[in-house]
Amino acid sequence: MTETVIEAQDLTKRYNGVAAVNDVSFAVARGEIFGLLGPNGAGKTTTILMLLGLSEITHGKARVLGHDPVREPLAVKRRVGYLPDQVGFYDNLTASENMRYMARLLGVERTQQDDKIEAALAHVGLADVRHNRVGTFSRGMRQRLGLAEILMKDAQIAILDEPTSGLDPQATVELLEMIRDLKHRGVSVLLSSHLLERVQSVCDRVALFNEGNLVLMGTVPELGRQVLGGGFRVEVEAEGEGLTGRLAAVPGVQRVETVSARRLLLMAERDVRPEAAAAVVAAGGRLLHLGVAEPSLEAIYTRYFQDRTQGEFHGSA
Amino acid sequence: MARREGSALHGLSVVVLKELSDHLTSVRMRVLEWLVVLFALAALYGAIQQVKEVTAEDPFLFLRLFTTARESIPVTFVSFLSILVPLMAIGLGFDAVNSEYNRRTLSRILSQPIYRDALLFGKFFAGLFTIAISLIALWLLVIGLGLLLLGVPPSAEEMARAFIFLLVTIAYAGVWLALALLFSIVFRSAATAALVTLGLWLFLTFLWPSVLSQMVAAAIAPPDPRYIAAGLPTPATVEWEQILSRLSPSTLFGEIALALLNPAQRALGPIYLVQLQGAVPGAPLPLGQSLIIAWPQMVGLLAGTILLFSVGYVVFQRQEVRA
Repeated sequence: MTETVIEAQDLTKRYNGVAAVNDVSFAVARGEIFGLLGPNGAGKTTTILMLLGLSEITHGKARVLGHDPVREPLAVKRRVGYLPDQVGFYDNLTASENMRYMARLLGVERTQQDDKIEAALAHVGLADVRHNRVGTFSRGMRQRLGLAEILMKDAQIAILDEPTSGLDPQATVELLEMIRDLKHRGVSVLLSSHLLERVQSVCDRVALFNEGNLVLMGTVPELGRQVLGGGFRVEVEAEGEGLTGRLAAVPGVQRVETVSARRLLLMAERDVRPEAAAAVVAAGGRLLHLGVAEPSLEAIYTRYFQDRTQGEFHGSA
Repeated sequence: MARREGSALHGLSVVVLKELSDHLTSVRMRVLEWLVVLFALAALYGAIQQVKEVTAEDPFLFLRLFTTARESIPVTFVSFLSILVPLMAIGLGFDAVNSEYNRRTLSRILSQPIYRDALLFGKFFAGLFTIAISLIALWLLVIGLGLLLLGVPPSAEEMARAFIFLLVTIAYAGVWLALALLFSIVFRSAATAALVTLGLWLFLTFLWPSVLSQMVAAAIAPPDPRYIAAGLPTPATVEWEQILSRLSPSTLFGEIALALLNPAQRALGPIYLVQLQGAVPGAPLPLGQSLIIAWPQMVGLLAGTILLFSVGYVVFQRQEVRA
């Protein structure tokens, strides 16, 4: 049984008549990591701000933990942690002073403030630098400090806007690990990103945004099947002559793409690994690797828009 | 539609305390404090020298500290306050809101369970408290030095007048703080906000009351040739001039100071000779009467503060959170 924690219904935001977000509907279940993905300016941040009650909703309805963010913003904000895009802190204050201000705004009991701040900072690995000014912090440390704030809040939902943008690979991995950890604590996570590959691994379900519209929604494999033609993608790494032709002739294979000199990608309607292996061997080639590729979000996204623009082109012709 | 839940001012004290501690520890505040103390001492020194030489028989000797200047330093304590207080208020307020945008802390703060009201009120009150603290310290300094150097204890009425003058000075600071806060909301760049606020202050303090209000008044109510022939100002023109110049908070502050600190002051506008019939020239008015004279000006200062703050409030509530 899954309980819905965030529900958006026909959410629309217009600025001077121009729709920034257009009839967006989705639901996030408790304990789920839900990704809002899409290019910059697709309406992800606006959607998030509407859910938090920080931006007025032109049309539609939003429910967060059963509360209406427009009429009961305090109830929503008390239970939802928010890490904004390029989170900012008071640079002249230390990490724990920044946290203390937030704890006071939250109304945390005075006697508990120190313990809560300490625990949250320790959890994100900032305990050693808690008396350093935030001005000296790196981008990764600021993001972690932002997460510490969400932990201190005991939030039921964490909304993270572009949490990995501008981070180096190491910091990204650490941050994604912390996001998974939030999930283990039973926190539902709504995160937005334009870096499809990076967040693909953590999201249970994703919604793809484009120009204010929610165009695709589901788990990554679901979307793969839906957009990439339901097929299996089999990766073959082999050495040998004329393998492309041989593999293309295997029953069930729709298309063969050459990735590099030795690597080929088969688009097939079913799992053709045994047949592909046999074909390589029959051609006298050396089979080095054989595997089923997980569809990449990037590919899904690119393909989806390719198909759509082509469709429009054909439609108008 | 349901009412929005919770108090709009929930979290106000937290914001006030944080902003207050920011103000009091900032370098900006240090500079302003030194400016205030040094200028005050200079004005006071001049006043005391002058008071010692000239007015030995004055019943309101103490109040002369505020309004007398030496010929060599033509700056009275009041005129110095009327310039430095706006500078302080603008210095504390010009980046109140836009700095939150530029540091990208605004959305993080507003995602805590508070309304925007608390943030804006908190910023205003923190600024006002900061100025009030400095002004009270300054006031005590002046009274204390006056006691020491003049050796004359002030009367109860003098203390009352000086105290009301302190409150008025704080209200005067409120107007400029509200103006600075408004521009810090409207302009995203702190430098622009500071420049526009300072520009408007210069305009309202130096240009408008002395030159422009006269020009506009002459345009609205042209001087009567009969009065000009008699070498007198036309009453209608003078009246308009005064109404217009009172749009400037500096004019209001100057008039209040005049009425409060100069008990012999009987009116703050042009008076006809008829109205002076039966008056004893130079006789001081009781405190209540002086207050009544300056009452409209005091209300004007408060109204200006509330008006400017309200405009800023509305703009801030409608603003998008994202930078």
